[in-house]
Amino acid sequence: MSTRVVIAEDLHLLREGLVHLLRAHGFEVVAAVESGPELLKALTEERPDVAVVDVRLPPTFTDEGLQASLAARRAIPGLPVLVLSQHVEQLYARELLADGSGAIGYLLKDRVFNSEQFVDAVRRVAAGGTAMDPEVIAKLLASTARHEPLGALTPREREVLELMAEGRSNTAISQRLFLSESAVGKHTASIFGKLGLSPSDDDNRRVLAVLAYLNAARS
Amino acid sequence: MRRYAAATGRSLALGLLALTDLFLVIVTLPMILLSFTMGLVFCFPPAVGMLRRRTALARRLSGRWLGREIGPSYLPPPPPVRRQPDGWYRHERQLYKTPRVPEWNNRWKWMFSDPATWRELGWVILNPVLGGALLLPLIAAAYAVAMAWQGHPVALLLGAVALAAIAETPWLLRFYGWWNELLLGPTAKSLLASRIHTLDQARLETVDSQASELRRIERDLHDGAQARLVAIGMTLGAVEALVHTDPEAAKALLAKAREASSTALTELRDLVRGIHPPVLSERGLGDAVRALALDSPLKVKVTVDLKTRPEAPVESAAYFSISELLTNAVRHGGADRVWIDISSRQKNLRITVTDDGSGGADPSRGSGLRGIERRLAAFDGVLAVSSPPDGPTIATIDLPHALVWEEDSETTAKMPRWKWAIVILGYGLAWLPLFPQGIVAAIMKIFDPENKSWFYVLYLPEPLQWPMIVFNITLGLVMYGAAILIPIQHSRRRWMAEATPRRLWLDR
Repeated sequence: MSTRVVIAEDLHLLREGLVHLLRAHGFEVVAAVESGPELLKALTEERPDVAVVDVRLPPTFTDEGLQASLAARRAIPGLPVLVLSQHVEQLYARELLADGSGAIGYLLKDRVFNSEQFVDAVRRVAAGGTAMDPEVIAKLLASTARHEPLGALTPREREVLELMAEGRSNTAISQRLFLSESAVGKHTASIFGKLGLSPSDDDNRRVLAVLAYLNAARS
Repeated sequence: MRRYAAATGRSLALGLLALTDLFLVIVTLPMILLSFTMGLVFCFPPAVGMLRRRTALARRLSGRWLGREIGPSYLPPPPPVRRQPDGWYRHERQLYKTPRVPEWNNRWKWMFSDPATWRELGWVILNPVLGGALLLPLIAAAYAVAMAWQGHPVALLLGAVALAAIAETPWLLRFYGWWNELLLGPTAKSLLASRIHTLDQARLETVDSQASELRRIERDLHDGAQARLVAIGMTLGAVEALVHTDPEAAKALLAKAREASSTALTELRDLVRGIHPPVLSERGLGDAVRALALDSPLKVKVTVDLKTRPEAPVESAAYFSISELLTNAVRHGGADRVWIDISSRQKNLRITVTDDGSGGADPSRGSGLRGIERRLAAFDGVLAVSSPPDGPTIATIDLPHALVWEEDSETTAKMPRWKWAIVILGYGLAWLPLFPQGIVAAIMKIFDPENKSWFYVLYLPEPLQWPMIVFNITLGLVMYGAAILIPIQHSRRRWMAEATPRRLWLDR
């Protein structure tokens, strides 16, 4: 059975583009809406496997999409949502991750350009994983750079941490950094040791732990 | 008890001070007269200077002792004389080598043409009399006590007189305060003049900073996104040409074009953030500042207590001011922690940014702080920085009337009916006691006491006649006075309200 998707985007061209892209990759688009209230209705009625949502939607053109997604996730815990935006904010990332149940994506709209990676992110979120934009992670790490244990990481470990925080699996990280999977495993173990986190084999749990750690280090 | 003691002490001090004004009058009045009759113009500024120093003291004392804050009432001072391109200084049709003479001329003209100068002169001349009157109850009381001391038969009565005289002092002080305000207080005109002066300044700076902001945006667009779009267009043209002959090369070029579009987007995003951050329009000031705090490398604690959202322009000015203060704390302050507090006090927005850095920030030197002041000036906002050499630095931003402006019913209300009744009664009937039963009756009494005609006063017993005539004349004058002054007093409040800052665009 193909994955059922709800799309919310107010720009007609981009909405059609997303529909085509996801259909071409074997998704079933059950609804493509253009405003906040419509989105909330579609999410609660259709209960899709994943939703791709633009932050800024009519009628107010503020953070309508984000609010609708959060409301839907309160009604249906763990509903997978991938939020797209012209700009990324740590503040919004925090709010999305706050319930700790995962199945969250938060990406810049530019990432749609690279269809393979984008579709990969959608699938990851649909499967209950996370997909954080590299820019969010970069900001998060930049603002925690002065924090003690993070300073103790080697550059390689930092790279692994960044990719891990974006929500990638060990396999994906090893392909990205041209390392063997066991090397990545060693790095992750070392990172977890240095940060004082209990290691976990489950990718999702691992990502959430890392993000929670980074967020906590902020405040 | 203490109230009367304080009032007595204050009247004594103010009364004696007022008596010394006699010397001031003896010195300054001839100086001013000489400067006009004999052409000794150089006497004028020092005389006015003395007057202003004395009235500054009177204003201060009035605020401290009489409970009446009196602001200065001067017109804005003349701007400094500008040097012309040819190196000369001009005053009207004359050219000077140094700015001294033009400066002096401007100053002279400023003092001479300011009504405040002449009102102050009037105050100083009359003050020995009116201020000296403050001493009367004290003298009366002292006299009564002295008589009682000598065993005067009506000692008890005299004691009562002394007490009554002392009980009088708070009233006298209140009257004295009113009189101070009448001649030393700002007039609606001087308030408006200084308001226009500050507005002028603020407008100049706003226009200037906006123009430079637009230039920056234009430059950024021209060098950034625009150039990249041109490059993308050219690359796509090349792809078009290559797509059949060399598909591999075309594919590589397409990847390049995609990368360029991505970079252009990033640049546009940064530019937009500098113009108006998206979080600000999406979430308002509180969350925008929280987002700012999250992006900062420092540990920033944000507390927000706002019930309503300020108008968008105010919000943006406040946001960028906070952003600049935060940058300062990172760059110069060497701070680890920052506390940002945003709160409202009635209609005013107050923001404090405190850091634990090394301190020593100086608004007169730092261009960043100057920029914040400029940004805030457009909204009558002020920045106060306290930054002792070892820290902490506390920057406070006050934006008056930044929240909701509600039409103040008090300032626009129509005159109540009873006030109208007094005005109509005054104009309608004041002539009656003043002329026929007052002035004319007095004339008749003097020149033709036998002819009583219809002057009711003259039918009264002899000893009551004069007091009654004086009473009638006073009554008539008071009625006219009330009829004239009540409407003026009523609209005065509105003029003052118009001369005080408020958000104009909320008045639409």
